[in-house]
Amino acid sequence: MARVTIPIGPQHPALKEPERFMVTVEGETIVDADVRIGHIHRGLEKLFEQRTYLQNIHITERICGICSFTHSTNFCQATEYILGVEPPRRGLYLRTLMNEFERIHSHLLWLGVAGHEMGFDTLLMWSWDDRERILDLFEDITGNRVTHAFNTIGGVRRDITDAQIQRILHTMDIMEERTKAYIQVGLNEQTILKRTQGVGILTTADAKRLCAVGPRLRASNVKYDVRKNDPYAAYGELPFEVITSDTLDVHGQLVVRALELLECVKMCRYMVQNLPAGEIRVKVPRKVPPGEAISRTEAPRGEDIHYLRSNGTDKPERLKVRAPTLANILNVAHTLKGANIADIPLIVAGIDPCMGCMDRVLILDRDKESCKVMSAEQLREYSIEWYRKEAYR
Amino acid sequence: MFEKMVKLSRVKSPWVCHFNSGSCNGCDIEIIAALMPRFDAERFGVLLKGSPRHADVLLCTGPVTGQMKERLIKIYEQMPEPKFVVAFGECACTGAVYTGAYNVEGGIDKVIPVNAYVPGCPPKPEAILDGVVKLLTAFKESE
Ligand code: SF4
Repeated sequence: MARVTIPIGPQHPALKEPERFMVTVEGETIVDADVRIGHIHRGLEKLFEQRTYLQNIHITERICGICSFTHSTNFCQATEYILGVEPPRRGLYLRTLMNEFERIHSHLLWLGVAGHEMGFDTLLMWSWDDRERILDLFEDITGNRVTHAFNTIGGVRRDITDAQIQRILHTMDIMEERTKAYIQVGLNEQTILKRTQGVGILTTADAKRLCAVGPRLRASNVKYDVRKNDPYAAYGELPFEVITSDTLDVHGQLVVRALELLECVKMCRYMVQNLPAGEIRVKVPRKVPPGEAISRTEAPRGEDIHYLRSNGTDKPERLKVRAPTLANILNVAHTLKGANIADIPLIVAGIDPCMGCMDRVLILDRDKESCKVMSAEQLREYSIEWYRKEAYR
Repeated sequence: MFEKMVKLSRVKSPWVCHFNSGSCNGCDIEIIAALMPRFDAERFGVLLKGSPRHADVLLCTGPVTGQMKERLIKIYEQMPEPKFVVAFGECACTGAVYTGAYNVEGGIDKVIPVNAYVPGCPPKPEAILDGVVKLLTAFKESE
């Protein structure tokens, strides 16, 4: 059968950042996949060097708008390591609380996107509506829905009141109920099972070899979570389980994320009920002594690493960021091999890429020398249609 | 008469194409949030379209990175007349936090003409609706 190469990307009309996949197919089956990234490259790492530490908190927040809080936590942590200061416990708890809120909103976002990719738009509407509740909490506490400016070096910038704690507990009750409903849907709904089971399988050995991170890794049955393995902020004191799944496929990722939501709710409840009293931040000097540090956090999408080197001035000498999607892109290219064209959107969405999706798919037939350009929307419709027919095959 | 009708329907139901020129995603999720049940932009006839060829309004986010610059121009040229461009978000308006980075142009209006600016980092979903409505009102009153 003729081999055909399809470039996917780099532009998507909705949701995500650009990136490009080159996919070679034989009939409906993908035989090879390659990734090209960097369309969104803004030169941030160079920019960090021109800004002071305080300004950099706000830039790290804008590395990615969805996991904004993780990045700023990471940067503040690295700076605190070099300075040798430890934020007060109340500050750490609040920081952790925000991190968990972020995980809830990000996982709900993923659930919606995954639902959209498999043609189950009702799920998209539901989960994004529930996500608004978390954004309301964010707005209540930090004053902002997406980029919070809540972190600072040495703690956090705002305290929370008792009234806010009541509102958080109330929202958590609702979230728990809704999450249980999602788990029911995820485990029983035929639309989901048919599209996700056995799709995008990544074996445990491959996951380790390709350095997968986050829910993708845990769905490949590897029990690894930075929050547990290398506790930062207040995670060492919190009760929670690391969720894994042994189904290795996209459905496993869905289950991992849904069950993690329950853990998040549990942690948030514990944190606001056991919030330590006291200060929320310590004062730190503007200039940071020479030194270097590595800080790790578990972003909603996986392990996020910041490396910081200071030189005694008020500006960092080097800040290197390794975001989780970069680690996960490799295994997407791997899992795409042997998969079906119709499964591309779901496998790519599976890792919850913080960039990249599909706008134009160019189908290039080497034999016929014909070219066909497909948009992401067409590709999605194609895949839904393909599966509809599949039922009658 | 016919022209009038077309204009009226354009004002009633603007079709929007979203273009990410290198943003941090913050603005993009707010645009999607505006279409979700809470804000539901569709009740005002605002419809998100995948292709620029179907769109009346190009909703741009991001400070325009080197790689996306040409694509932005291409997409702008693909849109049918009359076309409107909305720069959504602080960094699409001026470059904001990314000012001075080596790979950004620093604003949509450095590359293509912009009709409306929605500042904020990111602006709230209500602001999108407000921006689009203001733009269309201006269009309606124009000749
Ligand atoms: S305006 Fe702010 S939130 Fe929006 S894309 Fe730019 S940096 Fe991100």
